[in-house]
Amino acid sequence: MTEIGLGHYLTLGAVIFSIGVIGIFLNRKNIIVILMSIELILLAVNINLVSFSIYLGDLTGQVFTLFILTVAAAEAAIGLAIIVVYYRNAGTIRVEEIDKLKG
Amino acid sequence: MNNIELIFPEIFISLSIMFLLILGVFKKDSSKIIHNISLLVLLITAVITFNETLSINPTTLFNESIIIDYLSSFMKIITLLAAFVVLLISSNYLRTFKIFKIEYPILILSSVLGMMIMISSNDLIVFYMGLELQSLALYVLATFNRDQLKSSEAGLKYFVLSALSSGLLLYGCSLIYGFTGSTNFNVISTQFNTNEYAITFGIVFILVGLAFKISAVPFHMWAPDVYEGSPTSVTLFFTMVPKIAALTVFIRFLFVPFLNLIDQWQMILVFLSIASMLFGAIAAIGQKNLKRLIAYSSISHIGYALAGLATGSNEGIQSSVIYMTIYIIMNLGFFSCLLMMKRNNIYYEQIDDLSGLSKNHPLLSISLLIILFSLAGIPPLAGFFAKFYIFKSVIEQSMYFLAIVGLLSTVVAAFYYLRIIKIMYFDEEKDSYDKDHNLWLKLSLTVSTILILMYFIFPSELIDVVSKINII
Repeated sequence: MTEIGLGHYLTLGAVIFSIGVIGIFLNRKNIIVILMSIELILLAVNINLVSFSIYLGDLTGQVFTLFILTVAAAEAAIGLAIIVVYYRNAGTIRVEEIDKLKG
Repeated sequence: MNNIELIFPEIFISLSIMFLLILGVFKKDSSKIIHNISLLVLLITAVITFNETLSINPTTLFNESIIIDYLSSFMKIITLLAAFVVLLISSNYLRTFKIFKIEYPILILSSVLGMMIMISSNDLIVFYMGLELQSLALYVLATFNRDQLKSSEAGLKYFVLSALSSGLLLYGCSLIYGFTGSTNFNVISTQFNTNEYAITFGIVFILVGLAFKISAVPFHMWAPDVYEGSPTSVTLFFTMVPKIAALTVFIRFLFVPFLNLIDQWQMILVFLSIASMLFGAIAAIGQKNLKRLIAYSSISHIGYALAGLATGSNEGIQSSVIYMTIYIIMNLGFFSCLLMMKRNNIYYEQIDDLSGLSKNHPLLSISLLIILFSLAGIPPLAGFFAKFYIFKSVIEQSMYFLAIVGLLSTVVAAFYYLRIIKIMYFDEEKDSYDKDHNLWLKLSLTVSTILILMYFIFPSELIDVVSKINII
């Protein structure tokens, strides 16, 4: 059995982060999925910060995490509100149909 | 608590936001009075900043997490004044679209608060909080005309891409924290080991996030859509104010903790700058919508400002700051013209709508002519001097390639500015636009045109002010 160290946590963070970024770019269906991908990115950052904080024995990282959690909640709230407004006007939230503005 | 008076501007503006929110809840039909109070608040905050903090030596507060120095005070004053003018000239536009609501000035105030925190941040946490405060307010501002499909689509796109860029930026922050053990810029500069890969990764992630915010190529794709879709007064705000704050963060972040790593980030900045200048110039050629055109033009202007930073010298920073100041004045003039193109309560924003403008509106078209010449960088207007300082500092560092690309893209960009002038002066005339404009709109157009025109008589005034900025 290998011991789980900083490297494992960082790898987990990097994997979740990549899933989030890829989710935003590959997703062709639904905006809600994009919202979830953004949350994944922020959570990956939190995993990074907490594991660094414990590794360094320094509390700053955990304080930063708390701030990020709060901001992520506010961001999700505003994002959902914008999606609702968009849905009222367009009648759809399919990503490929969001193309009124281009040129 | 020592030196608490140095953050009085921020404290004052946040108390005013809370007061205005309560006032808006309890007083019926209070949008006009809240609009006026917000104007007053911005002005008073600018005066406090000017009096309390402009003349002091660099001072840090709250365990060095906030820094007040000449750069931060100067940028804050510019931010506040620009927001003041935006609010001043947007009231008629908002009334026409029936979005003259209490939230508009309050959202502008809170985004300005976020920018002020960003500008004086000296710590990754403070910087992130300021950035999010301004972004959250800006998402709502972009969607402000919520019954219109275009505006809500602009808000949606801005939200998704901006949230993604915040995520990238945060990932960079976490790497830098992990490999230096601190979030404070001053501590980071003493802690890091130059051979560490992860630090370079962190810098790249943070630069990508910041490049999104100032819409530098290749992270510009949101800008044209968002600028076109948002209400024009919000577009005016977007093109000027957030870029000042983001550019200040660029300066602070690169030149305080990571000056020793200049070899690694200089190449990135040179690339961003060249790509923005060229792309902004070329992509604007085919545009038909004036707001889209100005989006591409702002991308290319940001390229010039970044070229100043890429030199890595104090003169470069000063020339970028001068560039942004002049760019803001030109943009104000341009958007004042755009806000004047109104007929029977409909605002026109296509380039064709300008055709033959000179026959019916000689004064408006001569101001627009001056502003466009200045945007194109033709001497002796202010825009020429802005570019001149940038190229001077770039050539002093013998970065000739950057200077040559910059000059070439100026030539390309001149084409589409001149095309607008040709349409204005030589094409067939259309119906005349309304002439009963708001006094403030006329005043802002006149003042910005005169400033652009007369800059060459007193160029040393601005240079004297900016030359006190010493980062390195």
